[in-house]
Amino acid sequence: MTLTVRNLAVHYGRKTVIDGLYADALPGALTAIVGPNGSGKSTLIKAMCGDLPYDGTITLNGIDVFRAQPWELAAVRGVLPQTSTLAFPFHAIEVVKIGLTSGTEADHEGRASAALARVGLAGYANRYYQELSGGEQQRVQLARVLAQAWAPATASGPNWLMLDEPVSSLDIAHQLQVMRIAQNFARAGGGVVAVMHDLNLTGLFADQVLVMAEGQVLAAGRPADVMTDGVLSRAYGCDLRVNTAPQGMAPFVLPHSIDASGNAGFAE
Amino acid sequence: MHVWLAVTLVVVGLFSLTIGATDVSLGPALQKVVRGQALTRTEAIVLWDIRAPRLALGVLVGAALAVGGTVMQGLFRNPLADPGLVGVSAGAGLGAISAIVLVGFAPAWLVRNVGDHLVPVAAFLGGWGSTLLLYRVSTRRGRTSVATMLLAGIALGALAGALSGILVYISDDRQLRDLTFWGLGSLGGASWAKALAAGPIIVISVLAACALGRGLNGLALGEATAAHIGLNVQRVKNMAILTVAAATGAAVAVSGGIGFIGIIVPHLLRLAMGPDHRPLLINAALLGALLLVLADVIARVIIAPAELPIGIVTAVLGAPVFLWILLRQRGMVDL
Ligand SMILES: Nc1ncnc2c1ncn2[C@@H]1O[C@H](COP(=O)(O)OP(=O)(O)OP(=O)(O)O)[C@@H](O)[C@H]1O
Ligand SMILES: [Mg+2]
Repeated sequence: MTLTVRNLAVHYGRKTVIDGLYADALPGALTAIVGPNGSGKSTLIKAMCGDLPYDGTITLNGIDVFRAQPWELAAVRGVLPQTSTLAFPFHAIEVVKIGLTSGTEADHEGRASAALARVGLAGYANRYYQELSGGEQQRVQLARVLAQAWAPATASGPNWLMLDEPVSSLDIAHQLQVMRIAQNFARAGGGVVAVMHDLNLTGLFADQVLVMAEGQVLAAGRPADVMTDGVLSRAYGCDLRVNTAPQGMAPFVLPHSIDASGNAGFAE
Repeated sequence: MHVWLAVTLVVVGLFSLTIGATDVSLGPALQKVVRGQALTRTEAIVLWDIRAPRLALGVLVGAALAVGGTVMQGLFRNPLADPGLVGVSAGAGLGAISAIVLVGFAPAWLVRNVGDHLVPVAAFLGGWGSTLLLYRVSTRRGRTSVATMLLAGIALGALAGALSGILVYISDDRQLRDLTFWGLGSLGGASWAKALAAGPIIVISVLAACALGRGLNGLALGEATAAHIGLNVQRVKNMAILTVAAATGAAVAVSGGIGFIGIIVPHLLRLAMGPDHRPLLINAALLGALLLVLADVIARVIIAPAELPIGIVTAVLGAPVFLWILLRQRGMVDL
């Protein structure tokens, strides 16, 4: 009951974006994927969700993702894409309910309200989605994903959250709130795969880190082992120093080569 | 909501049966029917052979156009879409014009066998042909791109328009009059034969379309998310295109070009009850039927004893209503 990626290759037209990639994610752990823009993080998570044609094998809870029917996958995982759109003026709660199938309308209503409350949007059920701020919209989408993959673990196996940059437009308090939701989901036996740009949040919350660069896995393992000066500087192509906070030994990262104007410089 | 629409539809439908160019008053005749008494011969002919099929056709065509418009707006995620976008109107128009203008060249056995139904049959085949062509053009490796379909539909529409133009150019005066009237739409030629030919196609495809509610709701979040919540996106698209082409094709074939029902009904309903497609589709069928029957009543009484092409009525009433909707919800329409 894991997520396994074996010898994955993804092409967009004739362009190869990922080639020969291996990765694993376990339920009970928050697995973060980090790496620079264009390194293939979204492409990898899309392949894991069955959005793209690919070569190689990906299995989720033993289901072959490539061959699976959409509803088989929908039953065991929810997906938060990097960008979301919505046609027509739906209310926030209708967006959250859209992914629900089994159960009665009252069940849906109850679960959707609970999901909205969990992301801190309890009073927002009947607001128009289009009239919410960017961060509020992102949290409505997260609530939709949570409502769909509601129970972290069921009798038939773990459920999964696949999150592409879940905190990208959130303020610091909501970043922490959302990361805690993801962490609790994992602690309760669910699987979480999250693409992250904030290395400090990654250091604080991730159980496993996958560092990607140019469509390859540069390093994978526990944050303390993987998030090192060498790996991160090589991945991002700029001079980074990893430090540990006195409390709890979580690594944190500061960009180092700051030039006279105060801009973070890039190593050529 | 749908209960009220259904009740109003029945009332307006009964009312429409009592109205017409004949100076025989049919109110009493209708009472006789209700009481189970026998009708006079004239009453029977006017009521049963002229007005009843016309009412049936109005209900069918209105429901087909309105549901077609709702499905298209959902599929293209665009509130400006109408059934014409799957190419069915352009193709049907070309088919109808071909039949009107080229009937002189048709083999005698065909004219003998198909006779009066040549125009509807040609319109239906034309509509289907162009939809299939459009579908082929915009489908690669089992995946249909709705954006490609939208753009290819514009190209195909222009092509069909040009071919129609050539036919108009070579047509004589009588044909010109016929095809102009066809383009304006009418329920005037209603007969039980037409209603029974179009009826099953429209009823089946409208019912099938009404089952697309969840699929269209999912598509509102984009194709990727629709798949993530467990929908077979390609199947939703196939069903949407198939049902709209069948329903609209049949409707246009028996009634000609009737505009604005397909675009205005979903808008009115979304204002009244929100964008959830599950209740929207069934209500669209009812409201479309209601508005078209109403428009037909107006078309028949406004210059009685003559009658106006119904397409003129729907456009004259529909265009201002549409503008009013747009003014009211200024800032709410996002493309
Ligand atoms: N639809 C597409 N067609 C062609 N190339 C694409 C497509 N989507 C992504 N790419 C390319 O594939 C590479 C990986 O893109 P991907 O979206 O996976 O990056 P990412 O790691 O998620 O980046 P970011 O941090 O900016 O989100 C990039 O070079 C991008 O230009
Ligand atoms: Mg990305």
